[in-house]
Amino acid sequence: MTSTATTAGAQVKRTLAVTDLSLVVLIGATGSGKSTFARRHFKPTEVISSDFCRGLVADDENDQSASGDAFDVLHYIAGKRLAAGRLTVVDATNVQSEARRQLVRVAREHDVLPIAIVLDLPEDVCAARNAGRADRAGLPRHVIQRHRRELRRSLRGLEREGFRKVHVLRSAEEADSAEVVLERRYNDLRHLTGPFDIIGDIHGCSSELETLLAKLGYEDGVHPAGRTAVFVGDLVDRGPDSPGVLRRVMGMVASGNALCVPGNHENKLGRWLHGKKVQHTHGLAETIEQLERADAEDPAFRERVREFVDGLVSHYVLDEGKLVVCHAGLPEKYHGRTSGRVRSHALYGDTTGETDEFGLPVRYPWAEDYRGRAAVVYGHTPNPSATWLNNTICLDTGAVFGGKMTALRWPERELVDVPAERVWYEPARPLASDAPGGEDGRPLDLADVTGRRVVETRHMGRVAVKEENAAAALEVMSRFAVDPRLLPYLPPTMAPCATSQEEGYLEHPAEAFAAYRADGVRQVVCEEKHMGSRAVALVCRDADVARERFGATGGVSGALYTRTGRPFFDDPEMTERVLRRLSTTARSAGLWEELETDWLLLDAELMPWSLKAQGLLRHQYAAVGAASGAVFPPALAALESAAERGVDVSGLLDRQRERAADAAAFTEAYRRYCWTTGDSAQGWPGEQEETQSLRRVGSKGTDGLDGIRMAPFQILAVQGRSLAALPHDQQLALIDRMIEAEMHGTEANNGLCAYIPVHMNRLLAPTRRLVVDTEDEASVAAGVRWWLDLTGAGGEGMVVKPLQALVRTGGGRLVQPGVKCRGREYLRIIYGPEYTRPDNLSRLRARHLGHKRSLALREYALGLEALDRLAEGEPLWRVHEAVFGVLALESEPVDPRL
Amino acid sequence: MFLTISTTGTAGSPATDLGFLLHKHPDKAQRFSTSHGTAHVLYPEAGAERCTAALLLEIDPVALVRKAKDRSRGGAPDSALAQYVNDRPYAASSLLAVAIGGVFSTALKGRCDARPELPGIARPLRVEVPVLPARGGAALVERLFAPLGWTVTAEPVVLDEKFPQWGDSRYVRLVLEGEQRLADALRHLYVLLPVLDDSKHYWVAPDEVEKLLRAGEGWLEDHPEQRLITGRYLGRRWSLTRDALERLALARLAEADDTEAEALDNAVDEETDTEERPVPLAVQRRAAILDALRAAGAARVLDLGCGQGQLVGELLKDPRFTEVAGVDVSTRALKEAARRLRLDRMTERQAARVTLFQGSLAYTDRRLAGYDAAVLSEVIEHLDLPRLPALEHAVFGAARPATVVVTTPNAEYNVRWETLPAGHVRHADHRFEWTREEFRTWAAEVAERYGYEVVFAPVGPDDPEVGPPTQLGVFTRTERTEKEPEQEKAA
Repeated sequence: MTSTATTAGAQVKRTLAVTDLSLVVLIGATGSGKSTFARRHFKPTEVISSDFCRGLVADDENDQSASGDAFDVLHYIAGKRLAAGRLTVVDATNVQSEARRQLVRVAREHDVLPIAIVLDLPEDVCAARNAGRADRAGLPRHVIQRHRRELRRSLRGLEREGFRKVHVLRSAEEADSAEVVLERRYNDLRHLTGPFDIIGDIHGCSSELETLLAKLGYEDGVHPAGRTAVFVGDLVDRGPDSPGVLRRVMGMVASGNALCVPGNHENKLGRWLHGKKVQHTHGLAETIEQLERADAEDPAFRERVREFVDGLVSHYVLDEGKLVVCHAGLPEKYHGRTSGRVRSHALYGDTTGETDEFGLPVRYPWAEDYRGRAAVVYGHTPNPSATWLNNTICLDTGAVFGGKMTALRWPERELVDVPAERVWYEPARPLASDAPGGEDGRPLDLADVTGRRVVETRHMGRVAVKEENAAAALEVMSRFAVDPRLLPYLPPTMAPCATSQEEGYLEHPAEAFAAYRADGVRQVVCEEKHMGSRAVALVCRDADVARERFGATGGVSGALYTRTGRPFFDDPEMTERVLRRLSTTARSAGLWEELETDWLLLDAELMPWSLKAQGLLRHQYAAVGAASGAVFPPALAALESAAERGVDVSGLLDRQRERAADAAAFTEAYRRYCWTTGDSAQGWPGEQEETQSLRRVGSKGTDGLDGIRMAPFQILAVQGRSLAALPHDQQLALIDRMIEAEMHGTEANNGLCAYIPVHMNRLLAPTRRLVVDTEDEASVAAGVRWWLDLTGAGGEGMVVKPLQALVRTGGGRLVQPGVKCRGREYLRIIYGPEYTRPDNLSRLRARHLGHKRSLALREYALGLEALDRLAEGEPLWRVHEAVFGVLALESEPVDPRL
Repeated sequence: MFLTISTTGTAGSPATDLGFLLHKHPDKAQRFSTSHGTAHVLYPEAGAERCTAALLLEIDPVALVRKAKDRSRGGAPDSALAQYVNDRPYAASSLLAVAIGGVFSTALKGRCDARPELPGIARPLRVEVPVLPARGGAALVERLFAPLGWTVTAEPVVLDEKFPQWGDSRYVRLVLEGEQRLADALRHLYVLLPVLDDSKHYWVAPDEVEKLLRAGEGWLEDHPEQRLITGRYLGRRWSLTRDALERLALARLAEADDTEAEALDNAVDEETDTEERPVPLAVQRRAAILDALRAAGAARVLDLGCGQGQLVGELLKDPRFTEVAGVDVSTRALKEAARRLRLDRMTERQAARVTLFQGSLAYTDRRLAGYDAAVLSEVIEHLDLPRLPALEHAVFGAARPATVVVTTPNAEYNVRWETLPAGHVRHADHRFEWTREEFRTWAAEVAERYGYEVVFAPVGPDDPEVGPPTQLGVFTRTERTEKEPEQEKAA
């Protein structure tokens, strides 16, 4: 707080310090020259005068009866300017304390400093100036006298009223010669661009701090490359050597090698050092004891600590405004602001007023709402590990509680940490809850998923989820899904290609090629569509990796789940068998090293269809087959007999024969996708031809996967990376390598022993594919032929995808990640045995794809978002929010045949 | 779909009298429009010794689906009918019954203007239905038709001969033989075909009761399966109408997964109710829970996993429970609970004591904080074990009521259930059932971790060897006193 005044008559040129973001309140009697002063020292737009506001509301700058409204307007404008971070000067007499009180309130509401500049000029000067103005010439002298009386009474109390700087000018000369100098706020270090090493909570862990500094490259507090350390506070308390930490940090700050913001523990220590009464809890007792011991060697140390703590600034804005560092986090509206509550938030964070099960305050999760441009780096709340959330990161990783000490390299955004040497202090609550999400700071909360929700996605903006859809998803997610930690993704639904007008066809690839061409996608890949059940596999190198990376419990090495997140197999042992096979295969294919990961997220189709859909098959598909198979023979026989008797049934008989043929075709269609599994003597259809090896009677399946096939078509993500945008040819090349690796493995095994009949099932199935150029007629024709051949031989159909995977149109719209073209025979399973009859087909063509397409894109965007959040190491609730969104959208009403 | 009716004749009573009885000329093939397609009547044979009439109904499956979808215009709510792939074009169902009613309406009434004496005479009849959907199987078919004087042959139809392991389909090939009046035979079919199919294609309207009484006159009154016939014929109207809409969202999720809707939508058990019938163990369990809550002095109580609201209802009967919140993850269960509790008819004062809302213990939930006690009755065993820690945290860590009452089956007792095959759990959705030892170990760990003490009590007969059927644990929070002085703020 600066208060400057010089005695009248002293001819010194006055320098008036004004903080660059503040509310400057001019105070002076009418005629004291405030407007002139303001004009000379500030931009015209920075000054709001009460006269001007009177004019605005009453068309008369001198209409005193309009003062109430005029000041409302003045406060409003001042508020708007301050909210926008602009220096504001109020030009009004402001001689009454009530008028100033309101302005101080406006300043505090916007967390800026109120500054007073008082023009305490002699009465004669004021009177002379008013006399020179036409509109004020008639102003009675006693008004000036009253103003001056009120001003004089106020002078001494201005600082108490809340003004942080008070400048008093006592003569016309002083006022004329004074110079206003804008000062940067203490917290404004935007000009410092680092690079920085921001270091989390230390709590007296001197040894770990030294190790961390060394790991960061500091040599005795100095970085050879000129980097600056930034400490987020809580240097002291609880740990073994708070004085040592203070000595190091104070030394680095003094020598210009470090910056430091205060933590709540420094604040409390400061108050103790000032002789205030504070409770010696939460590790302060240890610090006091250590300081008392330090007194012996260096009696002045305590005093230096007091000065250091007193001088700490609540937060810093660094690197051109791109970085904000403080102890407990800060919402954007407080960045660079200066007020008691900004300091309080910076030191203590936002608490809800409640306490949790361990008696600790419940902290309001301000970071979850943060949308600011600046990265906020802070500490305060111990977490098992530091993770980014909405461009904020908490670096307190509980070193003193036996966790680790973490630093963030800026602008590299690299985390560097060192483990605690031991548990120095028992935490009041365990660092992590073992509920899903606990590892990331807080377990999943219902508010993350229920009600009407809007999920922010990077690829499609805001995606809304309706309340009723969330309700349905909640039931499925809660009762049937796998552990949310092992469910980092759900696959989106896929739209079919536009309805074909081609005779006899409802879907035809020509439509798919044309649609992608229209979207400006030249290269597409046609991938064989396998008829099984969708399966997503989270494959970890082993159970340890699954535990460390995903918090998996019970010794599982990943998860294998369906489109709605249910375990694919009821039997966990079957899941493990598949995962083990995939993990072994990834190892032999060299994928762990090449992709620098120890886990893979695979999108695949698991066959046969009858494996998962047996209930549906038996109650619906086979039932229709059985009913039609049993009804037509007697019906046809009856018609034939009647015809023999000469009754005219010809049209009816022909039609019934066609229907019988359609029904038989239907039965054939579903049968193609059914075969027995789990019988070691039987493989999958075509196994013998493909593997050139015969299962002999009594063969033992080595892992119970007999007859099961899995066709992976995309590696969705690996450690630290989403591969959703990896072009499909590269994707398939990776998968081909897995298939080949498995083939070599099984061949070696199956040829191993001639005497004991052992047969290892080849799990992985290749996906046939063809790349088509949508601009090239010949290539398109080849694509159509390929599909006709594929479906003619009983294939389900194909999926057409942009080769580049993640593609936008010229207009920036997200392109469908794939469309399906299902085969003519296969569609009997979907649209019924008789759908190909011309009158049925013409009616079925009236299907509406708009909603399905929109749904497919929205689910795709949510799926991508989940993968991105996973890759960036965001907390579980953020990943789960997007995954849950996919499930919720899946319950939107849309024609299930599409 | 298809059926034939045959008769044999003598010189005095030629088989071709069937033509008079049916009002359809044996030498013509005739067609009739019905609401879902075209019915054809023709005679494969028509001699004096044997005469057979065939009824063939051509269904338009696309129209059937489109009509069914449009519920507002009275379509059927059965989701199976909303599929293009369905057996309606082939199997003898209510559609065929409707066709019988339309095409043979005069015969059904027992009228024959040309030969008025014929309808009153019983003659040897043979009815063949090649594909009859029979929910309840061949045995039920026998039970329905045999008391009416028919000799019944019902052969199950194999589901798919390529996959013998799939077993039989729900269809039988039915042959009925007996001396009957034709009108009676038609009325039997008219009522019993839809009863056996147990899925009506049209909205069951109030006038169906009249239709049933008319068609059943003279035989339904004394039929031993009268209750089953009536119940099924009327299509379980109450449950269909009420549940149709709210089941759709879940059904779509099931479809996305290639599963049947019932596999997901099983929170409300329609078949058995959630009460055990012979010994009201559920009643004893509720009494034990109420005792524990009263002993704890709880006034504001959460019933977590309240299902159809039986416990909530019991709690409301005791005024000491000033606030009762029922939470369940199934919106359908909550609606059922609201209906059972008659929430809409409660006085305002009563209604103010109870709230029902959807929630999930897989997540922490701020709304659950601040209650005196929470009940987890027969809930934990419906969770997969790996997901139990989330529930523990949500209840004991986050909601943190002073008292938590947990009940769960005692797996050891299962050997005492006569109807339960060895190694089976008591409910299809139970993911595990614990022995007393397992439950106590779990409870002790949870109590230790979250600062509770736990005591156990038996519910139901405490068998000296295997213990009680239900085990109950009462957790009591042990207060922590540590305060948080970080809250002292700078002056």
